Amino acid sequence: MLVTSALITGLALGSMYGLLALGFYVTYAVSSTVNFAQGSSMMLGAVFAYTLAVTFGWPFIPAALVALALCSLYGLIVERVAVRPFTRRGSSAWLMATVALGIVADNAVLFTFGKEPRGFASPWASGSMQIAGINVSYLQIAIPVVGLALAAALHLFSRKTVYGKAMLAVVQNADAARLMGINVPLAIMLAYAASTLFAGAAGIMIAPLFNVHSDMGTLFGLKAFAVAILGGITSAWGVMIAGLIFGLTESLITALLGSAYTQILSFALVIVALAVMPNGLFGRAEVKKV
Amino acid sequence: MKYLIAALALALGATAVHAQTIKIGLVTALSGQSARAGEAITRGLAVAIDEINARGGLLGRKLELVRRDDEATPAKGVIAARELLFKEKVAVLFGGLDTPVSLAIVPIVNQEKMIFVGPWAAGTPITKNGAKENYVFRVSAVDEIVNRAMLQYSQKTFNAKNCGMILVNNPWGESNEKGLTAALNAKGMKPAGIEKFEGNDVDVVPQLTRLKAAGADCLFLVGNVGPSAQVVKSLDRMGWKPPIVSHWGPAGGRFTELAGPSAPSVHFVQTYSFFGKQTPVGTKVLKALMAKYPDIKGPGDVTPAVGVANAYDAMMLTALAIQNAGSTDGPKVREGFYKIGRYEGLIKTYERPFTPEVHDAVNENDYVWTQFIDNQILPVGMKK
Repeated sequence: MLVTSALITGLALGSMYGLLALGFYVTYAVSSTVNFAQGSSMMLGAVFAYTLAVTFGWPFIPAALVALALCSLYGLIVERVAVRPFTRRGSSAWLMATVALGIVADNAVLFTFGKEPRGFASPWASGSMQIAGINVSYLQIAIPVVGLALAAALHLFSRKTVYGKAMLAVVQNADAARLMGINVPLAIMLAYAASTLFAGAAGIMIAPLFNVHSDMGTLFGLKAFAVAILGGITSAWGVMIAGLIFGLTESLITALLGSAYTQILSFALVIVALAVMPNGLFGRAEVKKV
Repeated sequence: MKYLIAALALALGATAVHAQTIKIGLVTALSGQSARAGEAITRGLAVAIDEINARGGLLGRKLELVRRDDEATPAKGVIAARELLFKEKVAVLFGGLDTPVSLAIVPIVNQEKMIFVGPWAAGTPITKNGAKENYVFRVSAVDEIVNRAMLQYSQKTFNAKNCGMILVNNPWGESNEKGLTAALNAKGMKPAGIEKFEGNDVDVVPQLTRLKAAGADCLFLVGNVGPSAQVVKSLDRMGWKPPIVSHWGPAGGRFTELAGPSAPSVHFVQTYSFFGKQTPVGTKVLKALMAKYPDIKGPGDVTPAVGVANAYDAMMLTALAIQNAGSTDGPKVREGFYKIGRYEGLIKTYERPFTPEVHDAVNENDYVWTQFIDNQILPVGMKK
């Protein structure tokens, strides 16, 4: 029972980490930059969905879709305001600028949404079924399914569509892609929109299990970055699987050894894994052609 | 030149007005998950200050409340406390909900010989801080006493024999781990298990599963509103419904909204309830609260009541200490606290509440067991 329960918890949490980490992957692959405040994008997804569904009384599905659209819009803003002005000049200040924009978003939510955490009730979270003798809520099953489905969609998009192939071309050689008529800035913008969309989806799904407040994404964002590095930030499936591994490791350590060891051991294992495999579990070493 | 003289006159005038008030400082969470608790403490202090000012103030001077937000963070609490002590020159400093913040402020006030009064944070080492000259007083629950009461309540109400601990992973949780272990040891008992969780944990199922597997027949819960709600939601997902005997963390916010339909299953300790028959002091304070705050229409709106009640009594007892001292000088006010005799307060009638050995005015005989019913904190069993 102990292990089964930990596996279910770990899969749901791991999918969340994986989804956020996919956001790191998608922008890094196209532009070698990331939005370090992915946690804030996740929080925005939950806050937008809560505001539309609870405050304005919209049905959940339209509220979630509009929230995701708003998250994508936020991604475009991140790219335009906190990334492009710096990469254009060859500066690495986008590192700090994305963090700063995240802090601005967190505080803007604190002032507008309110100081108190809010409960986002969902029938998905309260309904449950029995699996191997333990109670599992529908949401705990839905989260890994949606997470893996989004990862698969990203994979199919990049392999099967013209736009996806254009993005892959940018990944391989931005200059050559530009010469072939591919709009590189647009590809990067789309990558940022997708990145925050994934984070927003994670926020909307986690909200009924958690509570909605302005700093709900901080710890998630940090863990997701560890997951992205662990998976090898250049592999989409790699970061998703690393997310699942991290989530499962966390809950198995808690269940088998006790919560006192969770953070120490899970992050220590990340360090060990990276020491043994410096490019991450599924990443490939960058080859510099001269 | 005449502008300079005018500016000087204005500055002197401002200083004179300043000198007329005794500043009362408050460092508490005014934002974030504990914002409601901070507001409750503010209201308790404000009503007491209004009452004192209406009687002519203290030492011929009016009282003035100056607040700072610690955002439930020790580092920010220390900055705020320093600002209030050294820049605003408050006579007395009141603390907030969070034990880690209060623990960070304690060494400063003891070093500076300034009075620090705790109306909420219950960590045992806040008042039992080991300082030779202790300037910290408290009108609130104390962990080690609450812990004895939690064990007693679990046995009496639920006939529990093997309780497990689920504690937030911070100094407050640690303080309670020690207190609960000591309370169990005193009765020759051991906990079914001790589990910790982070304030930002989404899922506490693994920890709770360990406790369930260890045969826990009740849970001792210690955590603020958000974390406590996460425990209740995780229990719901597991379909496990053990009795939950909690410290007063759930009282600080929208617990029913966050924890969902199982919120009433948490029985938690309080020092006061505005429901039921009130003493004349209770009636007076409730009337004053309703007059001052339009959102308070009845006892159900005074929430969390414990913050209001503790802060009210703490301010009144502090006023007596200042009066006894005849000064706002820290060491003199400290002696003034020891000289307080009988005082008919809101929580109880205090009889020499403070001595050099005892800096806590409230004990287990003053606790009330409560639960959330429809967003209101009611004594257990008052309403189904």
